Amino acid sequence: MGLALGTATVVLVVLLWELVRPTLVGELARARERWARRDRALAPAGYDPGRERRAEQRARKLLRSCVSEREWAMYRDLGFLSVPGGPRLGAAEESAAYAYLIYPHKPLVAYVPASGELLNEYCVSFPDHSRPYGSSRLPDSDDVLAKWMALTADERRLVGEANMHLPGRQVDPDRIRRDLARLDRWEQERERRARARRPAARGARPPASARADGSVRAA
Amino acid sequence: MKLLRMRPGHGETVLAEGDVEVPEQERELIEAFRRELDAGMWAAVPTEAPGGRREAELVKSFDEVPRDAERVIFFPRAAGGAPETTL
Repeated sequence: MGLALGTATVVLVVLLWELVRPTLVGELARARERWARRDRALAPAGYDPGRERRAEQRARKLLRSCVSEREWAMYRDLGFLSVPGGPRLGAAEESAAYAYLIYPHKPLVAYVPASGELLNEYCVSFPDHSRPYGSSRLPDSDDVLAKWMALTADERRLVGEANMHLPGRQVDPDRIRRDLARLDRWEQERERRARARRPAARGARPPASARADGSVRAA
Repeated sequence: MKLLRMRPGHGETVLAEGDVEVPEQERELIEAFRRELDAGMWAAVPTEAPGGRREAELVKSFDEVPRDAERVIFFPRAAGGAPETTL
């Protein structure tokens, strides 16, 4: 009796499975198609490295046309900008009480130029919610220019919009110290070249030390 | 005067261009300016301060744009926060 019932149950289950299997398989296939369509609709436009490179080239041209020659050279050579903070009274950067390092798509880093002491990180971004190519992220140089414009125009407002953190929250302090050392060397080298060019510009012979290392360029 | 806007994946685009001394062109510039501000953009005019120092000026209306400005650059307004990554 038990055996007959068991056998009947097994046969019944198999028959039921055979009946519903085509429907289940069809439903699963349709669900997979619906999920794929939804994923395709939500997915951003494909990343195009050529387009991004052209965008960055345009952004670099725009940045170059807005900042000073010194700032452009700094960004080109070092990959970041240093902008003095506080009242903009024409003070040279080295005499500013504090300054900011501007990295592309990284927080602003406030520091003391005289001592190299790190003060704060100001996390700020410029997301374009229209996402024309699926991303809200500006090209690197546009992000730097946006920070530079906002900082030089209205430092207080920009800092007010930012989230302030202690140094090290997002940017490695060792990296910043290395960058400050690079900046220092870069400034010294620039000053040395400027000194070497001055006599040449006046038609005089440059100092022997400048001639010896071959760093003098035609004025 | 040119009105430029920074765009992800493209760099800047020219929104409008015209002579502010020509009323019709000025009207077009003003309309484009307002559209961008209504869309939440910030507007900045790159300037050169006495002594040759470069800086920018944020403007909130077309009246604040210097008449001799060559360009106004629109960019998304600042938002606190940045990607949680480490250099």
